[in-house]
Amino acid sequence: MTLSLAALGPALPELLLALSALALLMLGAFAGPKSTDTVNGLALAALFGALVLVLIGPAEATLFNGAFQVDAFGRFMKVLALIGAGGTLAMSVDWLKIEKQDRFEYPVLVLLSTLGMMVLISAGDLIALYMGLEMMSLALYVIAANNRDSVRSTEAGLKYFVLGALSSGMLLYGASLIYGFTGSVNFAQIAQAAREPSLGLIFGIVFTFAGLCFKVSAVPFHMWTPDVYEGAPAPVTAFFASAPKVAAMAVFVRFAMEALPNVAHQWQQIIVFVSIASMALGSFAAIGQRNFKRLMAYSSIGHMGFALVGLAAGTQQGVQGVLVYMAVYLVMTLGTFACILSMRRKDGMVESYDELAGLARTSPVKAFMLAVLMFSLAGIPPLAGFLAKYYVFLAAIEAGLYTLAVIGVLTSVVGAFYYLRIVKIMYFDEPAAAFEPMRSEPRVVLAISGTFTLLFFVYPAPLIAAAAAAARALF
Amino acid sequence: MHQAIVFLPLVGFLIAGLFGRLIGARASELVTTGLLMISAFFAWIVFFQTAFGGHDGTVELFTWMASGKLDVTWAIRVDTLTAVMLILVTTVSSLVHLYSMGYMHEDPSRPRFFAYLSLFTFAMLMLVTSDNLVQLFFGWEGVGLASYLLIGFWYDKPSACAAAMKAFIVNRVGDFGFALGIFAVYLMTGSVAFEQVFAAAPSLMDKNILFLGHEWHAPTVICLLLFIGAMGKSAQLGLHTWLPDAMEGPTPVSALIHAATMVTAGVFMVARLSPLFELSDTALNVVLFVGASTAFFAATVGCVQNDIKRVIAYSTCSQLGYMFVALGTGAYSVGVFHLLTHGFFKALLFLAAGSVIHAMHHEQDMRHMGGLWRKIPFTYATMMIGGLALTGFPFTAGYFSKDAIIETAFVSHSPAATYAWVMTVAAAALTAFYTWRQMFMTFHGKTRADHHTFDHAHESPLTMLIPLGVLSLGALFAGMILYPYFVGHDVDHFFRESIFMASDNKILEEMHHIPGWAKWAPTVMMALGFAVAYWMYIANTAVPKALAKQNDVLYRFLLNKWYFDELYDFLFVRPTMWLGRFLWKQGDMRVIDGYGPNGVSARVIDVTNRVVRLQTGYLYHYAFVMLVGVAALITWFMFGGAH
Repeated sequence: MTLSLAALGPALPELLLALSALALLMLGAFAGPKSTDTVNGLALAALFGALVLVLIGPAEATLFNGAFQVDAFGRFMKVLALIGAGGTLAMSVDWLKIEKQDRFEYPVLVLLSTLGMMVLISAGDLIALYMGLEMMSLALYVIAANNRDSVRSTEAGLKYFVLGALSSGMLLYGASLIYGFTGSVNFAQIAQAAREPSLGLIFGIVFTFAGLCFKVSAVPFHMWTPDVYEGAPAPVTAFFASAPKVAAMAVFVRFAMEALPNVAHQWQQIIVFVSIASMALGSFAAIGQRNFKRLMAYSSIGHMGFALVGLAAGTQQGVQGVLVYMAVYLVMTLGTFACILSMRRKDGMVESYDELAGLARTSPVKAFMLAVLMFSLAGIPPLAGFLAKYYVFLAAIEAGLYTLAVIGVLTSVVGAFYYLRIVKIMYFDEPAAAFEPMRSEPRVVLAISGTFTLLFFVYPAPLIAAAAAAARALF
Repeated sequence: MHQAIVFLPLVGFLIAGLFGRLIGARASELVTTGLLMISAFFAWIVFFQTAFGGHDGTVELFTWMASGKLDVTWAIRVDTLTAVMLILVTTVSSLVHLYSMGYMHEDPSRPRFFAYLSLFTFAMLMLVTSDNLVQLFFGWEGVGLASYLLIGFWYDKPSACAAAMKAFIVNRVGDFGFALGIFAVYLMTGSVAFEQVFAAAPSLMDKNILFLGHEWHAPTVICLLLFIGAMGKSAQLGLHTWLPDAMEGPTPVSALIHAATMVTAGVFMVARLSPLFELSDTALNVVLFVGASTAFFAATVGCVQNDIKRVIAYSTCSQLGYMFVALGTGAYSVGVFHLLTHGFFKALLFLAAGSVIHAMHHEQDMRHMGGLWRKIPFTYATMMIGGLALTGFPFTAGYFSKDAIIETAFVSHSPAATYAWVMTVAAAALTAFYTWRQMFMTFHGKTRADHHTFDHAHESPLTMLIPLGVLSLGALFAGMILYPYFVGHDVDHFFRESIFMASDNKILEEMHHIPGWAKWAPTVMMALGFAVAYWMYIANTAVPKALAKQNDVLYRFLLNKWYFDELYDFLFVRPTMWLGRFLWKQGDMRVIDGYGPNGVSARVIDVTNRVVRLQTGYLYHYAFVMLVGVAALITWFMFGGAH
């Protein structure tokens, strides 16, 4: 039972992140505020290093008695999470400096949170799942309140914490029920034990799913999202909208597929309900928003609903759809937040998207990129967002979920309205004052994101193939 | 050469229409006018070759449609009937082009005007040269389109737009009948080409056709349907209402389209389809009856109009009625004869009226004219020639053609013959009356125009006077020269196969043996009309007003054109408008928009507002929602029971 260091090989990316976080915490604590830049740089390097390690690491492995597993699915999601974390961290450095919110704790907390995501993605039993979830969430609660002098930021952090605690409680309660009715916490063993749906097991599933739904901000467990997105500083919101969503969705899919394949018919009903509710609410509520961050909160609720359509299908094709969807969603979100982060005038940040008026004339390239992203988020062919939706809906239809697919398409029509309204404001309204020039990091992120979104349909094969391979790992 | 006649106007249209702005107004005028003159020159050559040289022929251009048994080609068929139309159309059209260079010289959109004129001419030539019903229909609709565009040429005038729409819509009614007629022909003969249709015509004699649930005599149904088309285009009683309103267009347009050429298309069509019409006495009787009624009706209305152009418009309507009378009696060549002479003298009258209007600075009301003959003597002289020809003054064009028609009505054996004769003779008197009334009101007596206008009245430029002169020659001599070929002994030799007359149709011989009193009746009526007009408008100018007051009801009945417009307005226009308004307000806006786009978007906003209100910001509300969510799911599994 002795663990040799070499046996820990598959967990090397996680170890790197953990050690880096500790080391950078020490560095920051001892070197003081002036070390912030160094800590930022090193944190980025650590994320990049972890990304490389994930890519070159073993394809299949199991550690800690099955609590930690490495497979193609996990690698796919980890890459996405690391890209999300790295991208948002890179974009936030300058922003926080200008807003005088640059503290060395921020990158360290991002690292810790990312570590939690990695553990979460690789979780092979309920305990690892809970541990990863909490590690991720605790760090998130703190950075939501990163701007501790702002009432709104602290309120956001507090709300998130309290509701997060409630959801954790539900998740734990559900986990204990599942353990009680199956006799195991290991996903594979749960799957073997849970052949027949019993009411107790279903209760357990409902509670655990409620906890997971909270993390992906699916309706009706979404209520925190708009307030936290709006209250938290913009880079934090960008981070919230990207990496944690990927990780939570990953564990959601893994848990449903690995632990509960035999009661799929039961949990499918939950997912269908949650998915429809999320798509509908995301589409309808966003219309009433003027704040771009808050709009993105509803947008992400809606998009999680669309991704869950793939999970509701419960097939390999559906999982592939979820993976493609999350990848495209991540890219679009990063690009959009690159724009939000650069909505800065001389007298400070603005957050209402009405301020984008006439952007097409003041900075045409940026406006074009943002327009591409908006069209893509609305799901207009042939952009990436359309293909992502196409895969999940295709899976739903092949699984016989016609109602779900039709409702999904209809809500995406409603949702198109607010995305297109932003395009209309940029292109047809009288120009407002120009923004300050974009910093280089958001500029690079926006360029990559916009180009990817625009040209994805030309050569989608690599991503689709990778997603297919990752989905196969769960079956 | 045949192709050149037909397609040169099209070239002119394309040049002036597409590059009019580029090359300028002057160049557009010169190009279109020049091309038409070349076309007219060729047309005269072809006329002599065909009519006197006997070179009939068809030039096939290319296949238009080939679908199953249906085979339609673009072709130029030239026989005597076509050749007559060719010289009329190209000559009048080129003269009108020339005239328009003077008349329209102040208009900013001249390229468009000349393009339309050439487009019209092209369509009219396609119509007369077609060798099948479908190409005929193409030309038919083409002239209708050009007519619509030209009536509404001054599109900033609401009355012009309304008149253009009216012309188009009323013509659609006729065209519907025409299209049905073509379908019926195809159904019964299996072809739309004239050759095959005419070859198959005799076999139709005993056939029936199922139409509106009844078995009918096939030729009668076909001919009546086709005649409805002719009625629309040639403004016969019932479908005539668009023609007077069409005077909203520029005067050259009235001369070309609404007097000389397009409105005679119906006459041409009936003559062209004489092999079909000869099969049905019923259809011919209807033609005769409608023609005679129109001739009389329009003449009565013409007597009380005050707009110089409207008088001529009703006159045109009336003269078209005469032509149909001739066709109805089976004397097709006589109808075509009147078509030709009328084309010259009516175009002359319109262009002369245009010259008057030009001189009077766009004043059209005859009550504001008078005494103009000294000011514009040339115009006066030409209009006088036109008027004489119209009234049938001995040895002018109208004398030969119109009197011939009245004679055919006299000798015809049709049940409607006597009616037709009485109507046409009465109309002859009315024609003389309104023509001289117009002459007297415009040119004679003391002027009623205001000083400024009268003093500045001036003779028109040479471009306008030359066409007047040329047409005057036609109005004077066309009848005399052509009488033998259209009415006299050379008809068979002249028209050959282009007009078919059944073997028992001897009308052309019989009409030469009528009693003397009948022969002179129209001339006497003409003199009578002149005398009355002279008495009322020169000798005793107080009479018209007193007479109008005395017979108030009759006067208003005539002034309001027998209340046709009001009747149609009540019967068709208002119900249609009501239906349209109903479908628009209730059907489209309320049902489709209300429950469709607008309703949906309004509901979306409602839902949005409600959903957004849920987001209170209170922590316990959020927690409550989560718990309710879990509770709902649990409840669903406990009782919904999808195990």
